[in-house]
Amino acid sequence: MWMSELPPFIPFFLAALLALVTHGHVRSALMLTAPLLGGLHLWLDMPEGVLLSVSLLEFDLILMRSDRLSLIFGYIFHIAAFVLVIYTLHLKDTMQHIAGLIYAGSAMGAVFAGDLITLFIFWELLVISSVFLIWAGDSIRATKAGMRYLVFQISSGVLLLAGALIHYRYTGSLAFDFIGIENPGGWLILLAFGIKCAFPLLHNWLTDAYPESTPTGAAVLSIFTTKVAIYTLIRGFPGTDILIYIGAVMACFPLFYAVLENNLRRVLSYILINQLGFMVTGIGLGTALALNGAVAHAFSHILYESLLFMSMGAVLYRVGHVYASDLGGLYKTMPKTTILCIIGSASISALPLFSGFVSKSFVMTALLEEGHQYVWLALLFASAGVLYHAGIKVPYFAFFAHDSGIRTQEAPTNMIIAMLIAATLCILIGIFPQYLYALLPWDVDYWPYDTTHVIAQLQLLMFAALAFVWMEKRRYAPAQIHTTNIDAEWLYRKALPAIVSDIRSLIVHIHRTLYLLLTVLSLLMIFTRNIGTWLTGNLTEKLLVLLTIFIIAGL
Amino acid sequence: MDKHLPDEKRYFFDKPQNVERLLRAFYAVCGLLFILDFFVHRHIYTNWEKLPGFYALYGFVAFVVLIVVSRLLRRLLTRKENYYDVDE
Repeated sequence: MWMSELPPFIPFFLAALLALVTHGHVRSALMLTAPLLGGLHLWLDMPEGVLLSVSLLEFDLILMRSDRLSLIFGYIFHIAAFVLVIYTLHLKDTMQHIAGLIYAGSAMGAVFAGDLITLFIFWELLVISSVFLIWAGDSIRATKAGMRYLVFQISSGVLLLAGALIHYRYTGSLAFDFIGIENPGGWLILLAFGIKCAFPLLHNWLTDAYPESTPTGAAVLSIFTTKVAIYTLIRGFPGTDILIYIGAVMACFPLFYAVLENNLRRVLSYILINQLGFMVTGIGLGTALALNGAVAHAFSHILYESLLFMSMGAVLYRVGHVYASDLGGLYKTMPKTTILCIIGSASISALPLFSGFVSKSFVMTALLEEGHQYVWLALLFASAGVLYHAGIKVPYFAFFAHDSGIRTQEAPTNMIIAMLIAATLCILIGIFPQYLYALLPWDVDYWPYDTTHVIAQLQLLMFAALAFVWMEKRRYAPAQIHTTNIDAEWLYRKALPAIVSDIRSLIVHIHRTLYLLLTVLSLLMIFTRNIGTWLTGNLTEKLLVLLTIFIIAGL
Repeated sequence: MDKHLPDEKRYFFDKPQNVERLLRAFYAVCGLLFILDFFVHRHIYTNWEKLPGFYALYGFVAFVVLIVVSRLLRRLLTRKENYYDVDE
């Protein structure tokens, strides 16, 4: 059947094209149709093992390769795209609509790409479309953050292409399957994926740019780029030991920044990295249980992370900012958003009966099975820490805490509906994880709800919350104040410019010294040769001396 | 502290006794969870877990460590809000 070979990015690109010439309800209907029909097509018509290749310049681009791994990412991307289209329906901004559709479509393209060149093409399309969502933030900060974002993302693309070509020289294949780090090409590709996945020190494009985007843009951005990176790591580098430790660092270090950070969307950006850390650790372990864990966690993470970003987007849309220090008491005027945000918080904190619980525990169990007790302790620390930020800080400071006196109105209906769908899915996955587990790529017999596990998780979370209550009563936690906190970006936003300007002034300095030296030398030569004939000498030589003196004076 | 706009409806958390009730329920849940460790037969994987109340203690300590370290980091890392805006 021809339909089954339709690559999933096509409906999105078509909708983007048509969005250009439509507006109002027609465009809304069109944008809803793309993920809906695309998703149904994927679910009903698309078996595993479909391949579609197109010849381009004697090279076969594999535009589609469906297997269980690419399909599950396809499903969740379609669900998320559908939810986010609803979330953005109130917008009149053609550019954001088109950029969003191309961005979502490129993510589908990347996930179903069967070779590294096709992957590269969609990798770049993801960048070009997403940067417009950042620039739509429409401020000088957004423009500059977008430029820095571009530098990182394009470097990632260049590394991917270079790595792919080197990999080809070593292996004679451009197929996108297991890559590994046996040859230098593999290392370059790992680095390319690592930039997109916000590995430590390469992560600041995310915390820099996402909070500058529009209320809707940040929610869209939080879904696709990093999860495409997770998908590519699962396919290309499962069982690569170094990822276990990279993931553990990613899960822990953002927590400290999230304590200090006042902008709640930046808090969520740091938490996004923390969540990716759990997945990256799972990929590094590489067992069927751990890889299933990475996939399951990506699946539920997309829903609750976007739910949290959507709730903060709603606050930003109504109040105009998301600074923890200046918010509070919003539950009075935005009760629906409050409840939906709390559901997202419960999910990300991995409270039993919510989606995070049934997906995070895979990786934790796999760590113990593989004997990584210290990494397990680090991730347990991260689990308790994430409760503070996403679980308490975001909803508490925005909706409760002290009453800021802000009286606004509930989020627009379309936003509420979008958040409601995401929240419902978070709870359904938490209560009926078997339906999610049935979609996972590897066959594993695993069930999260046993008494020990539930009690342990509840103890961990409740006592972390108890510590919060205790510290909040004693006012010990760092105050929420307007600040900038130095992160790795300091290297290229402060140190590098300073070094460059130092080098520049050094060059100027050397240039001047040499100039001075030469002038003095020539002056001396002229004087020693002509001192006797100065009074009687010709006019040219006198002028030359005067000119030299002027030059020295000029320095 | 709390700003009440004049003639405004009193909301749930505007009444201190509601906050107090909520906290008391929360303390009770914490206590119950801690005690459960001594009654429920647990399937454990690590030596850490042999300690009764390990998860409760770990959650509490992890949280305190997180806050204490962050307070130290604040001195090291925090700059003015417009730190990057100058000279850029």
